[in-house]
Amino acid sequence: EECIKCVEITGGQCASLSHGCRFVLCASGDLVKVYSTRTEEWLHSLQGHTNQVTGIALNPANHLQVYSCSADGTVKLWDFIDGILIKVQLVLYKCMKLCVSAWPECFQLVAVHLPKSAEQEVEAKEMSVVSSHISSNPSCTAFGRGGEYIAFARRLQLNVYFFRKQKTCSFSLKATDKKGAQNAFTCITCHPTDDCIATGHEDGKIRLWRNFIHKKEYTYSTQHWHHNAVNTLCFTPEGTHLLSGGIESVLVQWQYGAGNRKEFLPRLGGSILHISASSDGQLFCTSHSDNKITVIESSFKVCGVLQGLVKGDAVLTDLMIDPRSKALVLNGKPGHLQFYSLLRDKHLYNLDIVQQEYIYEAGLDQFEVAKAAFDIKGSWLATVEERGQKSSDLEFFLKLWAFDERTQSFVLNTTITAAHTDRIISMCFSSSEETTMLVTIAEDGQFKAWCQGADNQNFWSCDFVGSYHNLKPTNCSFSADSSLLAVSFQEVITIWSPETWEMLTTLCQPPGIIRDLCFGRLSCSKYLLGTTTRNLLCCWNLLTCALEWSSSVEVSKLQPDPLSENVAAFSYQSKHTDLFVFKPSEPRPLFTNKNVCSEKVHRAVFVPREELLNNCDESSQWLNRSQLYFLTQNMDLLTFSTATEEDRMLSSSKQLVIDDSVAVTPFYLLLGKHRQQQQKLNTQSHPAADKPQQPQGSVTIKELLHTPAHVLPAASVLCSMFVNSLLISNTGEMDSEKEEEDSEEEMEACDSQQELRVQGSVDEVMLKLSKAQERELKRVRKTDFSWMADLIDSKP
Amino acid sequence: MGEFKVHRVRFFDYMPSGIRALAFNGDTERMAVARMDGSVEIFHCSDRFFQEKIIPGREQCGIEGLSWVGERLFSAGLNGGITEYDLTNQKVKYTIDAYKIPWYTFLVGCEDGTVKLFEVNEDKIQFERNLDRQKSRIVSLSWHTSGSKIAAGMMDMIQIFNVETGHSIHRMLADRGVGTSRSKECVVWSVVYLSDGTIVSGDSVGMVKLWDDQTGTLIKSHNVTKCDVLALSVSQNEDSLVAGTSEGTVVQFQFVSMVLGKDDKEWVRTRTFKNHTHDIRAVAEITTAVVSGGMDAQLVVKPLLDKIEVRSAASALRKIHFPHRRLVFCARNSGLMLFQYPGHLELWRLGESEGKGSSLFVKRNPEKLLHLKVKGEDHIRCSAVSPCGEWIVYSTASSLRLYRLHYQRFLFLFFQISKLPKVLSSANQLCFSSDSSHLFSASTQSSVHIVSLSQSGCKFVGTLKPKSGSHQAIHLLAASEDGEWLASANSDHEVHIYNLQTRKAHCTVPVYSSAVTAMGIHPTTNCLFMMYADQQMCEYSIEQKQYTDWSRTVQRKGLHRLWMERDTPCLNVMFNPQNPSHVILHDTYMLCIIDQSLPLPDDKTQFYNQLTLKSLTEDQRKSHSHAFKVCKTFKDILCVELISDQSLVVVERPLEDVATQLPAPIKQKKFAT
Repeated sequence: EECIKCVEITGGQCASLSHGCRFVLCASGDLVKVYSTRTEEWLHSLQGHTNQVTGIALNPANHLQVYSCSADGTVKLWDFIDGILIKVQLVLYKCMKLCVSAWPECFQLVAVHLPKSAEQEVEAKEMSVVSSHISSNPSCTAFGRGGEYIAFARRLQLNVYFFRKQKTCSFSLKATDKKGAQNAFTCITCHPTDDCIATGHEDGKIRLWRNFIHKKEYTYSTQHWHHNAVNTLCFTPEGTHLLSGGIESVLVQWQYGAGNRKEFLPRLGGSILHISASSDGQLFCTSHSDNKITVIESSFKVCGVLQGLVKGDAVLTDLMIDPRSKALVLNGKPGHLQFYSLLRDKHLYNLDIVQQEYIYEAGLDQFEVAKAAFDIKGSWLATVEERGQKSSDLEFFLKLWAFDERTQSFVLNTTITAAHTDRIISMCFSSSEETTMLVTIAEDGQFKAWCQGADNQNFWSCDFVGSYHNLKPTNCSFSADSSLLAVSFQEVITIWSPETWEMLTTLCQPPGIIRDLCFGRLSCSKYLLGTTTRNLLCCWNLLTCALEWSSSVEVSKLQPDPLSENVAAFSYQSKHTDLFVFKPSEPRPLFTNKNVCSEKVHRAVFVPREELLNNCDESSQWLNRSQLYFLTQNMDLLTFSTATEEDRMLSSSKQLVIDDSVAVTPFYLLLGKHRQQQQKLNTQSHPAADKPQQPQGSVTIKELLHTPAHVLPAASVLCSMFVNSLLISNTGEMDSEKEEEDSEEEMEACDSQQELRVQGSVDEVMLKLSKAQERELKRVRKTDFSWMADLIDSKP
Repeated sequence: MGEFKVHRVRFFDYMPSGIRALAFNGDTERMAVARMDGSVEIFHCSDRFFQEKIIPGREQCGIEGLSWVGERLFSAGLNGGITEYDLTNQKVKYTIDAYKIPWYTFLVGCEDGTVKLFEVNEDKIQFERNLDRQKSRIVSLSWHTSGSKIAAGMMDMIQIFNVETGHSIHRMLADRGVGTSRSKECVVWSVVYLSDGTIVSGDSVGMVKLWDDQTGTLIKSHNVTKCDVLALSVSQNEDSLVAGTSEGTVVQFQFVSMVLGKDDKEWVRTRTFKNHTHDIRAVAEITTAVVSGGMDAQLVVKPLLDKIEVRSAASALRKIHFPHRRLVFCARNSGLMLFQYPGHLELWRLGESEGKGSSLFVKRNPEKLLHLKVKGEDHIRCSAVSPCGEWIVYSTASSLRLYRLHYQRFLFLFFQISKLPKVLSSANQLCFSSDSSHLFSASTQSSVHIVSLSQSGCKFVGTLKPKSGSHQAIHLLAASEDGEWLASANSDHEVHIYNLQTRKAHCTVPVYSSAVTAMGIHPTTNCLFMMYADQQMCEYSIEQKQYTDWSRTVQRKGLHRLWMERDTPCLNVMFNPQNPSHVILHDTYMLCIIDQSLPLPDDKTQFYNQLTLKSLTEDQRKSHSHAFKVCKTFKDILCVELISDQSLVVVERPLEDVATQLPAPIKQKKFAT
């Protein structure tokens, strides 16, 4: 019943701006996500693809539609404002970009003629193979002016295929020039109005090709600013500027036709992977390698940032949960820790750990956050930053950060420059509430305990240094009540008492170096679990100091749930990962899921739920208290969710879609209020009583709201009907008032009821006021003024 | 392959002069190059850019512009004259004073702001009239093809003149630079008037601007550089334009249709070539290449690959640093060297060495014996030293001087021979006989005068005249060892052989399409060995009046590809007296010994095979060795000469040394410096 759900990841490889700059569309996993450019909020997703979405392109014929292609072999046409799938195209091959398809090993460029057909599902049969040698990189293909030709490159060859003549012109460059620069093509774009192809190269050069209709008299000019490969190129829709980006994370704007004149927008974050410009040229958006989309005004000012889970090169830290904000914490921007709210699926902030400018250049060895740990209350954060993992001269710092209540963020408290003489392997905080203690183990064979100094000294200092036969420690763990510390030294586990720093016992076990170590929780806290390199999962009983059970599983990650006894173990065997959830007390797993994913899992975390689930199903009971998130080697964050949850999410999202289908305009506010009020009426008053008056009004409004604008009759025709629909309740009340004429006391009661019903609506209040006046008027009218006539008559 | 003691000479401080102007004649495919020292050189573009003619300059004669009118070449210089050159005799024909620092030829813009119009007559040019006088000086000029309009580049502006009326039609203001350069005036260094009415200008702000001559408005401007754009040149069909900058870059613009297949074309900046280190003062676009020259004194021929049909050695990138003439002469028997500078001669005695091994200890340092300054303003055209070292002769355009050296052990006597025969007024090329008894002086109309030398003085003996009646000047002379034969080569590619005994023309070598760059007469066989500009070689038996068998095999089998791809001509032919089958050749980059007894290499064999041969055994060597032995130990060779004690003199002029003596280039910020 459980299903693995991919955590929403913003960014992806391509983003596209909708017409009128209102939406940003981006491919993300098997979804196409729609964001608002103004609020930077996620609006909805276009669901339907069954595999990775590889490319999106706006329909040039209809600016409300978007094509998307996917590795599942389909091209789909969507109405992206309503999120409706319009048409499905089966292309049979994996689409790498629109009209780019791929065989498993050789990539082929196929021109797909999209047949005009009203049917929902169309199989594209009319295909012509343009070239069977194209690059697998989708940015190496681009359509030229008016779609008359397509340019594609592969390594050192640029090809231009003219659709009308069905002829390919190809131009090739030398592999390297005299200075040893790489000439290989990395990206291509075509000028929207001129016949000019811009190509980016591995050495950072940009070439502008012209006259490419001739085999020989073609010509190109070269411009050079980037010092590494150019990742992407994009012409503005007017063709006056060329935008380029690369690993430098600087957006460069070249003036077209004016040689070297250029503008820069530096420090955008990760390296730029893709640039797109809106069709009116007002906004550009760049997608970055760190899972970010930046929206940039044409005046070269950043006006919005859509940040997903920051994807670094590698996650060195464990996945952690900030006990205060319940945010997921891991490596973010280089040198930062990121806080990511899983509930809201939103990036919260980056905490600068290294506090040094990061230089975006390939091949530099810079400081990276390697380890991080929170204490149980979330008031302390310990980090280790490292430089020179590859070389011999390693540099590292241990930093301790205190949570500042006033600023609501972590503030650096202590920097320890030489915490150990060699690399820190692992560290953990004690789990008791009273005393905070940090234990670090390092490759120099020692473990150290760190405490905040006595007599109100604010900084941290070393409290105890321990070692065991000069063996290299491999892992450490505190028991749930912090009364025991387990440190594994190669094959030996040592148990220490943190109170007295006395070694209580050692646990030896069958051969193999201990890899993971964890104590059981709650009712199972007497058990200690360990995994070895020799594919053994062992469980010791700490009371008897004996091995309780062991099983032969190759465990790559062992993760205990802090809120229950459950322990999750990921095992990697024959190229796929299996998950076992078990209680330490019994060797039989509660839950097994074979083939969770094909990559190795090294990071996992249990995230406590906001509200408990009541799953009766035994196999999903372990998900009741907390949710398991895990990170694959491809940097995909995955989780388990139950069927009921999924249903709930689906229904809520559907509701959202319906609500969102009406744009928020003043007109909507007016109508929306009216509708809300009517809904309230429905719920409050007796349904039977309302029935006669309800249908007319709501049907009209619904018709107004749900019929597409272009099929509606003229506004003048609608107006009277619409106004009438608004007035219906009024006439109903008038009717009732006619009855009320007989007894005024009844009418008073009725009035108060009406007041209850119509509260909140200004219009209605206005109406009501006029009604009261009317009534006054009626009363005045009803009153006999004949005596006045008499009086007048009698006067003369 | 023979062992030689080598004198490696690096004390010849030859400095090539910077290039000031270029003019291309498309009909004859000749490129005229004017240098800073006033000399004009003619290169043959289709004959591998061989330097056919050199017209030496004069003191204080800066050339500012060059122009071809038909086959006549004119120049205008800062001394205020327009000069026409006599190209057959390689001298100045006449000079007309155009009043005060003119700029351009036969349409002369003057420093005082006038544009003077000259008419080109059959034998002279004649002043016609002035156009409207302007206030600022005129820096550049260009005709419209119709001949009715002239564009003139001035300080801060460009003016268009109507030639009929002499009035200015448009004034177009060029913008000054921004910032500090705002106060400096903008010099329009170069203008080009295209036939479609577009005027292209290059200025000191670094802009190449395109103007419309009808409205006088700016069409487009390209920022090419941060410094000056000094030179512009347009191709003959006006679809390509090159601009030379003071950064040493040549920027190409092309007239390209923006939408394929349509006619609305625009000038688009395309390629950039960087082959110079200093200011580029002149560019010219010829049919298949861009030629540029500047302060760094090298002429760069950059081929345009899109215009070349077949890629070959003839169409490769070519950098010409040194003249294709000999500037160093050796007195073979006495170990003296004569260095020819533009304004003076230097005589050196070679050093002596002792010991053995790959590098020898210098026992006696080389010694400068003589520094001979030229009388008058003219620069030296040619010079020679006799093999015995007793006679030195040089010639300028106007005079020829002969000197006699006499040295005893400590005494060094030097005197000029005062009474010279009248025929020796000037020479195109000079040569002594191998026994130093005769001087051969090449004169006008391809004739050679013979003068006998003796202790008492010199005596005119006779004149050798070719049968063909060619008027072209002789650029090479070669006398045989036995004093019987003399060979002369002229610019018409003719090689005449004279019998010195009878003083009559003996025969003429069949005319080849390429120019002779070096020749020598074999001391034992009396065969004339000739090297051509296209790297072909011929051996002609004088006695039998036909090509030798070896020469015919070479022609039949063809030379190796790598030999043909060399880009500098061979400048000297020598013969190893110890092994008569050895011919020694050299060009700027290598020294080569051809063993005529060995088989010729074909394209499949390894050409540079010395290293491979070394690793083989004696027997295997025989099957692998071929006629060409190339030595690349020496670089930037100006001259190689074999002297009598079996040693070679190699005169090198390293390009790095030349570069250090050049003025500092414009400072540029480079990435990562």
